[in-house]
Amino acid sequence: MRAAAADRTQTPSLTYLLCAVAWFVPGAGHLWLGRRQKGIVFLVALTLMFAFGLWLEGRLFPFDLTQPLVALSAFADLGVGGPYFVARLMGVGRGDVVAITYEYGNTFIIAAGLLNMLVVLDVFDIAKGRK
Amino acid sequence: MVIFSLFVSIVFAALTRDDPREQIVFGARLLGGFIGAGILIGWLLYPLPL
Repeated sequence: MRAAAADRTQTPSLTYLLCAVAWFVPGAGHLWLGRRQKGIVFLVALTLMFAFGLWLEGRLFPFDLTQPLVALSAFADLGVGGPYFVARLMGVGRGDVVAITYEYGNTFIIAAGLLNMLVVLDVFDIAKGRK
Repeated sequence: MVIFSLFVSIVFAALTRDDPREQIVFGARLLGGFIGAGILIGWLLYPLPL
């Protein structure tokens, strides 16, 4: 199941490149390291979770540093990487605060970003030979 | 809540276990735990006024 690429330690520059790729495309870091099954699971689950959040009228929060909780939510939203920018470009994620599913949507979007950050950390550990 | 729990369970199971069989078992236990805890906390909060 594991390919040889995952079983040897990567150089520091390649490790950071892997982390960047893993952040931008959920699951891509695992796919690169030969852990195909995990990579596909992350790609499908995190992208779907993010899309589900948008469908539930969730909001992509702005980086408003005067409101710390909004800024933290924005940082969490950004954690999902590429799908965040795609959603921004498509003009979705404005959030409908009166929608009954608004908070649910926010929860899905924020959790997808935070989970992708954990996935990036997992890629870092694998690349460093710790896992 | 169930859909959210399902997504989180899948990701955590894939993150923390390497063997596919272990992933399924751990993911199912996690999903059951999330749903059970949600129902339990829901009932505990039920008597509280809004």
